Order: sequence, then structure tokens, then C-alpha cells
Amino acid sequence: MHRTSTFNVVSVALGLAFLYLPIGILIVYSFNASRLVTVWGGWSLTWYRELLHDAAILDAAWASIRIALLTATFATVLGTCAALALVHMDRVRGRLLFTSMVYAPLVMPEIITGLSLLLLFVALNVDRGFWTVVAAHTTLTMCFVTVVMQSRLIGFDRSLEEAALDLGSPPLKTFFTITLPLVFPAIAAGWMLAFSLSLDDLVIASFTTGPGATTLPIRIYSQVRLGVKPEINAICTIMIAAVALATVAASLAMKRNAITRERGAFGAQL
Amino acid sequence: MKHSLFSRLVVVLPYLWLLVFFLAPFLLALKISFSQTAMALPPYQPVLDLGAGWPALREFFAQLSADSYALIASDPLYLSSFLKSLQVAGVSTVLLLLIGYPLAYGIARSARNLQPLLVMLVVLPFWTSFLIRVYAWINILQRDGLLNGALLALHVIDAPRGWLATDTAIYIGVVYSYLPFMVLPLYAALEKIDPALLEAAADLGCPRWHAFWRVILPLTRAGIAAGALLCFIPIMGEFVIPDLLGSSQSLMVGQTLWTEFFSNRDWPVASAIAVTLLIALLGPILIYERLQRRAIEGES
Repeated sequence: MHRTSTFNVVSVALGLAFLYLPIGILIVYSFNASRLVTVWGGWSLTWYRELLHDAAILDAAWASIRIALLTATFATVLGTCAALALVHMDRVRGRLLFTSMVYAPLVMPEIITGLSLLLLFVALNVDRGFWTVVAAHTTLTMCFVTVVMQSRLIGFDRSLEEAALDLGSPPLKTFFTITLPLVFPAIAAGWMLAFSLSLDDLVIASFTTGPGATTLPIRIYSQVRLGVKPEINAICTIMIAAVALATVAASLAMKRNAITRERGAFGAQL
Repeated sequence: MKHSLFSRLVVVLPYLWLLVFFLAPFLLALKISFSQTAMALPPYQPVLDLGAGWPALREFFAQLSADSYALIASDPLYLSSFLKSLQVAGVSTVLLLLIGYPLAYGIARSARNLQPLLVMLVVLPFWTSFLIRVYAWINILQRDGLLNGALLALHVIDAPRGWLATDTAIYIGVVYSYLPFMVLPLYAALEKIDPALLEAAADLGCPRWHAFWRVILPLTRAGIAAGALLCFIPIMGEFVIPDLLGSSQSLMVGQTLWTEFFSNRDWPVASAIAVTLLIALLGPILIYERLQRRAIEGES
């Protein structure tokens, strides 16, 4: 399917323009000296300077980053385990329930997951705050990690692993010396996905958070409800820049053929 | 990897985690949806106390009531918010297909070495914050925003129009946020089609549009279903987009649940809404899971 027609070029161009125009506008206006969106007051870094003095936003950002770091790490461990279980062990008892629980959170409306988790924490009489958000985010994001890992594990050559086992390598050592290095790109991708999903989440965090653990999305959301503020444009631009840098760096680091394989896997997984 | 402690741990750890943090919460929500509001902490009763033995358990079941469901069924506010969600999710999914299909098709038919870049460009916004992407539209759609500015400058309209707090704004926000979820499964399906099939169709005298309807569309049916469900199901429970871009006159079900929980502090009714929504979505979720299982496990 390589024939390029005008229709195809136009649809891709329009689609990408639709995806990037709003983000582009937001970035440009974060440098606007004027407070009004319609008035262009010249380039300025005023809103970035103001951001540095906004302790509430900085605290929230720091809380979000810590939550996302822990979440991504827990989710990667649990998600990798789940993917190994699904791929290597065909006859796990209750496999259908297991796969259902793994795939359901991918589409489950966050509002249902959030409310249910909150009810659990209340029933268990746990103080809500930092750790309840981490647990909630881990539950959501580990399923995404599982799917990324699962498509990678299915595509990978098990004979290497079996050869090591046949030659007398203990399972644990085989895992760390053979399996882990082979699936590392998928682990890294899963970790990043979990990190960004956690950093992004508003609904589940709103339900499961408590005093002293306001995350960045919760903070931004409460500001945005009061109207557009140039400071919000500035913090959004910083977040977009960080994400763009990380994504570009990650894809440059991966080899070309790795990208091609990943692409198929990512498509299948979504 | 059989029977070793390690391999058992690999299964047990995520299994237990999901049982405790995914399945148990739903059962709890189901239970609380049959409770009644109370001026207490937690704000519902009866509270289950397993340590109190059988009589307490019998009393617990005697106190359960379907009041919350009766309220949901009788007050048109709830029904209309369910219908509103259905409308938004349905229309948005169709719009997403109409916009996403040509985009995915265009990418699949571009030069091979260009495709990874184009796919990355579609995925990249998905990595940036959902909230930021919705917020970006407020800049554009508000009364003194850029859309009105552009339309006034072009003399399309004479006076600024209120774009925010309308259904149009919700559709724009939803389509914008969910587009990558629609494009990726479609692209994955389109990319697998052997170009020889189209050449064969053309050689046999089949016009291009006809070949599209008879060859490409049927071959991408699974991709269309996956993309549609991947968008439809979460949009049904969407909260952020209608809350920031829509009007407060007619709420989507996610907003109704949010209000019941955070403003009215009526946990049983909020739980009953969640349970009802989950039951309504159970069919689509099960179909999606089947597609997902086939997509992943069919590869081996």
C-alpha cells in the first residue's frame, strides 16, 4: 500500500493539524506578555517566572512526580509478572477471570474505578493520601504494562530461555540473565507509559486522595474551573516539552527495526 | 518454569493485587448501592461487621434496600444523564470513525519509511496530559478566544458566539482526546492488508471505491470494532471533558455520579449509578476483551 494520492496526503495533513494546532496555540500563548488570549502583548517569560513563585503548583507537581515514580515502578513489576503468567502459563486456574481483570481497566470508565477504590479504602479504614493514590494508580497502569509486555513476550524467541534451562541454569538466573535483557525495551516502554498515565490522571486521584496529597492535575483542574490563566499555559508547556523530549529520546535510542516491531505491538494492544 | 516458587509468585502477585484492588472494590460498590445514606462516617448504613456473627449478618441483609435504584429509575434527572452519555458517546464514536479512518488509511498508504514517524506523531499527543489537551480548547473556544477572533476577522460571524458550554464543544473535546485510540487499531488493521489484494481487484476491473467497500472495509472490521469500543466505553463515563467544555444544564452520567458523591455526599446513589453504568457497559466490555484476547494471543 504505497500509492500516495492527494486524498491520502490531505487526510493525514488535516488530521495532524487538528491534533497539533491546539497544543501549538497553547504553547505560543504561554509566552504572551498579555493576560488576555485575544491580545498579543509580545513575547515574554512572565508566566514562567510567576510559576516559580507559585508554591501550591510546585508542591502539587512534586507530589505528582513522586506518585508517578512509585506507581510506574510497582506497575512495571506487577504488569511484567502478569504478562509472564499469561504468556508462559496456559493452564493457570481461573485464567479467564485473570485476563478479564487485566483487560477491563483499559476501557473501564475511570469514574467507576475511582469510586470503587475509594469505597475499598474507606471500608479498610485506610487514611487516604499519598499511598492510596499510588495503590489506585498502580492498579490502573499495571494493566497497560501487562498488555505492552504481553505483545512483546509473545513475539520473542523462547528457545533461548529453554536452552539456558536445559543447560542447567536455575529459573531465577535464567530470568535475570536471558529473559530480562531481551524484554528490556518493553519494560522501559511500559514504565514510561505507567509514569505518564499516573502523572496525567485526574479522576481516580480525586477520589482516592486525601489531605496533603494534592496532585498536579487536581491543582490544575481547580484552577482551570475558575477560567484560563496564562500560568496554566506555562506549566502545560513545560509538561509537553518534557514529554516530547522523553518520547523523542526514547525512540532515537531504540533501533530502527525495534521501532517497527513496537509499532505493530502498540497498534494491536490498543 | 514449572512449580518453582518464583513461577508461582509471578502468577499470585498480580492475581491477588487485581482481586483486592480491582474486583473487591466493585463488589463493595454493589453492596453500598443497596445501603442507605446516613449522617455518619462512612456516610452509609448498614456497615458490615463480620466479627459480630450470624445474627448481625442477618440483620445486615434485612437492612439492605433498593431505594437508590428506585430513585434512579423514578427521577428523570438520572435517566436523562444516561441518555446524554449515550448520545455523546454514540455521536462521538461515529465522528471519530469518520475522521480516524481516512487518517489511518492515509498513514497506511504513505511510504514505508515515513509510517513510523507518522504513527509517532499521532501517538505523541496521547502521551501529553489529557487535562492539558482539554484545557487547550478552552483557550480557543472561550468567548474572547481565538475561534471567535478568527471568525470575526474573516467576517463569518458579526458578533462573538458562545462556543463553550455547548454540545459542540463536548464533541470537539472528545474527538480530539480520543483520536489516537481510534487511529491506532485502524492503522494496525490497515497495515496488515496485502497490497496485492487491491492490485488484484483493480486488475479484475473493480473501481477503487468499490474495492474499498468490498475488500478493505471487510478486512478491517476487527480494527473498526476495537477502535469504536476503545472510544465508546470510556466516553460513556467521561467526566473531565463535559465538565470543562459542556454546559451545566444537561449532565453526562459521569458528572451526575461526581455530583452525587462530592456535592451531595450520597454514596449509595453514587454507587448505584456506577453499578448501573457498569451493567450497561458489560456487553461492550466483554466484546472488547474478546477482541483484545484474539488480537494479542492470535499473534503467536
